Amino acid sequence: MSFPIISSLILLPSIGALFLFFINSKNITGIKYVSLFVSIINFLISIYLWLIFDQSTYEFQFVESRVWIKNFINYKVGVDGISILFIILTTFIIPLCILSVNSSIKNRLKEFLIAILLMETLMIGVFCSLDLVIFYLFFEGGLIPMFLIIGIWGGERRVYSAFKFFLFTLLGSVLMLIAVISIYWIAGTTDVEELYKLGIDPKYQNLLWLAFFSSFAVKTPMWPVHTWLPDAHVEAPTAGSVLLAAILLKMAGYGFIRFSIGLFPVASEYFVPFIFVISLIAIIYTSLVALMQDDMKKLIAYSSVAHMGFVTLGLFTFTQQGVEGGIFQMISHGIVSAALFFSVGVVYDRTHSRRINDYGGLVNVMPKYSILLMVFTLGSLGLPGTTGFIGEFLILMGTFKKSFLVAAIASLGVILAAAYMLWLYKRVVFGELTNQKLLKIIDLNKVELSILTLLALSIIFFGFYPDPFSNTYSVSVENFLNEYNDKLNSYNLQNQ
Amino acid sequence: MINLFFISTEIFLSLSILFLLLIGVFKKNSESFIYNFSCIILLVGLAININLNPQYPIDLFNNSYKIDYFTTLIKSVILISAFLVMLCSLNYVKQNDILKIEYPILILCSILGMLVMVSSNDLIVFYVGLELQSLALYVLAAFKRDNILSSESGLKYFILSALSSGLLLYGCSLIYGFSSSTNFDLIYQNSESIEYGIIFGIVFILVGLAFKITAVPFHMWAPDVYDGSPTSVTVIFAILPKIAALTVIINFLYGPFLEMFDQWQAVIIFLSIGSMVFGAIAAIGQKKLKRLIAYSSISHMGFALAGLSVGTNEGIQNSIIYLIIYLIMNIAFFCCLFMLKRENQYFDKVEDLSGLSKNHPLLSLSMMVILFSLAGIPPLAGFFAKFYIFTAVIEQSMYFLAIVGLLSTVIAAFYYIRLIKVMYFDEQKERYDLNHSIGLKMILVVSSTIILIYFINPNIINNFVSNITVI
Repeated sequence: MSFPIISSLILLPSIGALFLFFINSKNITGIKYVSLFVSIINFLISIYLWLIFDQSTYEFQFVESRVWIKNFINYKVGVDGISILFIILTTFIIPLCILSVNSSIKNRLKEFLIAILLMETLMIGVFCSLDLVIFYLFFEGGLIPMFLIIGIWGGERRVYSAFKFFLFTLLGSVLMLIAVISIYWIAGTTDVEELYKLGIDPKYQNLLWLAFFSSFAVKTPMWPVHTWLPDAHVEAPTAGSVLLAAILLKMAGYGFIRFSIGLFPVASEYFVPFIFVISLIAIIYTSLVALMQDDMKKLIAYSSVAHMGFVTLGLFTFTQQGVEGGIFQMISHGIVSAALFFSVGVVYDRTHSRRINDYGGLVNVMPKYSILLMVFTLGSLGLPGTTGFIGEFLILMGTFKKSFLVAAIASLGVILAAAYMLWLYKRVVFGELTNQKLLKIIDLNKVELSILTLLALSIIFFGFYPDPFSNTYSVSVENFLNEYNDKLNSYNLQNQ
Repeated sequence: MINLFFISTEIFLSLSILFLLLIGVFKKNSESFIYNFSCIILLVGLAININLNPQYPIDLFNNSYKIDYFTTLIKSVILISAFLVMLCSLNYVKQNDILKIEYPILILCSILGMLVMVSSNDLIVFYVGLELQSLALYVLAAFKRDNILSSESGLKYFILSALSSGLLLYGCSLIYGFSSSTNFDLIYQNSESIEYGIIFGIVFILVGLAFKITAVPFHMWAPDVYDGSPTSVTVIFAILPKIAALTVIINFLYGPFLEMFDQWQAVIIFLSIGSMVFGAIAAIGQKKLKRLIAYSSISHMGFALAGLSVGTNEGIQNSIIYLIIYLIMNIAFFCCLFMLKRENQYFDKVEDLSGLSKNHPLLSLSMMVILFSLAGIPPLAGFFAKFYIFTAVIEQSMYFLAIVGLLSTVIAAFYYIRLIKVMYFDEQKERYDLNHSIGLKMILVVSSTIILIYFINPNIINNFVSNITVI
C-alpha cells in the first residue's frame, strides 16, 4: 500500500488543530504561525496531488479503503478529476482565511483557528469520500464548527443567524440520512464506486433523489430555501463568510454531481424541468433582490444564490458544456466570492459598517483597494477575461442545447448581475466622499494586499487560461455523461 | 450448590448490604467509610460478574432465573455505571448533607433489584426485583427530606409508581390466568393461540415498564422527580432503572411473546413515536437543566424503543448500543452539573451556564461535545447511536418511524444548541469553584473523550454487543 496521501490531506489540519489546542492562548503569533504553516503545507500537498494526478483517466485515483465499522461500512476515500479541483480550492482558500484573521478577529483567536482548521478537515473529507456514510459524516460534521464560527465571532444578530443556519441545514440533511440508509438496504452497500456499477433500482430513485435534493438544496442554497444564507453571511465574521461562500456552498454542488446525478440518473432526468424552474427563479428573483440591498454582504450573498442557480442549471443540462461550465462556475465563484467577502471585510474592519450608503468616493482614499475591487466586480459579473465569464458562457451554451427559452431567461441573469455589481461598485468607490469618517481611512496593508492580489491574479490568469482546470475534469465529465446516458438508455429500453 | 455459584454476584451484593448495615448501626460516623466501601463492593461485584460470564445460557432455580451473555453484559453495564455514578456524586452528597449510612446502602439495594430484574425468567422473580429496585428509589428520591421539593418528588414517584406496579401486577395475573404459568418458557409453550387475555396482560405489563423508562404517555412524573430529587439521585434515575427496565422489556417481549410480535409491535411504535416527539417539543421551554435532561431522556428512550420495535436481533443490539452511548453521555452531562457549584451551592438553571466558555473553557468544551452528541450531530457518538437505530428501522421499511424520529432530532437539536448558545454566545457571569474531586474530573474527561473519538473505531463498543442473540 502506498503512502495515504488523501488521508494525510484530511488529517493534517485536524492534527494542527489538536496542536493548537495545547498552545497557550496568549501566544498569539505562535498560534497564527502554526495554523498558517499547517494550512500552507496542506496546500502544497494538494498541489503535489494535482501534479501527480493522472488526467487521462476517469477512474478514482489514490483510493484508500479500510474496514471501519465491521461488516457494514468501509472508510473509502479517493479523487477523480472533478473532486480534486474542489480540494485545491479548499486548501487554497483556507490559508487566506487564516491570514485575514489578523484584523477581524479580536477575541478567542485560538478557538477560531481551531474551528477553521477543523472545517478544512471536514470539507476536504466531503470532496474525497467515496462512501455515502463517510460523506454524510463529513457533510454534517461541518455544522458544528460553522455554527460556532457564526455564533461566537459573528455580528449583532449572530444568534438568530447561527440557529437558522444550523436548523435549516440539519433539517435538510436528516432526510438524506434516511436515503443513505435506504440505499444500504436496497443495494447492499454504500460504496459509491460499487453503486455506480450496480445502479439503483429506478422505482426507488425518485424518492431517494428528493431526499438528497432536500439536503443539497438547502446547502446550495436554492430558492426557496436560500433564506438562511443572507443571514448567515451577514453575521459571520469575514473568514466565516469566505468559508461559507467559497467552499461550503460547493459541497452541495459537488453532491449534485457525485450523488444526485451519478446515483439516480433516471430521477435526475425526471426532475430536470423542476430544477430548471427553480434555478431560473433563483437567478432572476435573487438578482432582483440583490439590487435592492443596502448591505454589502447581503448583496453579495444574494448574488451567490444567483450564481449557484447558474451552477445547478448547468449541471442538469447533462451536456459536456453545461456540466463543465457548472464545475468551472463553482471554482470561479469560490475564488470571486471569497475575494468579494475579503474586500467587504477590509472596509468593515476600518469603519464597522456594511451599509452601502456609508461609503462613496473610496477611490480617492483607497486607490489600490478600488482597483482590486474592480477586478472582483468584473469577475463576478462575468466579464470576458475573468473566470466568471468562462463558467457562465459554458453553462449558457449547454442550456441553449437543451432549451432556448431557459437559456434566454438565464441570460437575463447575466445582465442583472452586471447591474447590481456595477451599481454596488459605483456607490462604494465612485462619487463624492461625503462620509467624514472615510477621510482617515487607510489603504490596504501588506497582508490584505497580498491576499487580494493573489485572488485577483488567479481570477485573471484562469480567466485567460482555463486549461489547467478543464484538462483535469474533462475526461471525468465525459465519462460521467457517458455513464449517465448509458443508464438512461438502458432504462428506456426496458420500459419500451 | 452449582445454582448458587452462578448467582454469586447477587449473593455477594446481598451479604455486603447486610454487612454494611451492621457496620452502620454499630459504628458511629461511619458514613464516609460505608460510601467508599460500597463503591469498592460494586467493583468487586463487577469483577465477579465478568468472571462468571458463561459460555452457554444457564437456567437456574426451576428455570426462573437465567444467566447468559446478554444478562451478564447488562449487569456489568449496570455495575460499572453505578460505580461511576457513586464516584462522581461523592462531593455533591457530602456537601448537601445527604451522606447518611442509608444512602449508599439504598443504592446497593436498588442495584441488587436491577440485577434480579435483568436475569429474571419468571414473572414473580421479575416483580420482586422490580419492587426491590423501586422501593429503594422512592426513599432515595425523598432523601433530602427537609427540602420540600425532594419530599414532593419522593411522594409523587411513590404514588405513581405504586399505581404502575399495580397495573403491572394485574397484567402478570392476566397472563398467569390465560397461560397457567408465570415462567417465561412455559408461557411461550402455553400461549400458542393468540388470546385477548394475554394481549391485555402484555399491554398492562408494558404500561408498568414504560413508566419505569419514562416513555410517553407514562412520563408525567419524570420532570418533577428529576428536578426535585438531589442531583446525585437524579443521575441514578436517568440511567440505571432505564437500563434494567429496557432489558426486561427485551427479555419479556422477545421471550415468551415473540410469536405475538404483530400484536405488541404497534404498542412499542406508539410509545416510541410519542416519546421521541414529545420529549423533543416539551424540552424547548425548560429553564432548569434537570427538567431539560428529563425531557431529553424521554426522547432518548423513544429512540431506544424504536430499535426494539423492529423485531430483529440487529434492532435489539442497536438498542443496547444506544443505551450504552446514552449512558456515557448522561454520566458526562451530570458530571458537568456537579461542577457548577460556587461555595458549596450547586446551580442547575439554564441561565447559570451563561458565558461559561469564558470562565471555564475546558468544562464548556466537554459540555459542548456532550450536547452536540445528545443532539446526534456527526461525528460524535450520539450520532452513531441514532444511526444504528435507524439502520435497523429502515431495514424493515418502517419509513414513517424513521422520518418522525429524525425530524424530532431536528427539533431536539434546537434546545441542545440553545444551551451551547448560552454557554458560548452569552455574557459571562461569576466563576464557579474549581476544587472538584479527581474522580469527577477523570470521569468527565474520559467520558467526553469517548464521545469525541468513538468514530475512530466504533467496533470497540459494537463488539461487546454483536454477540447478543436474544431471538
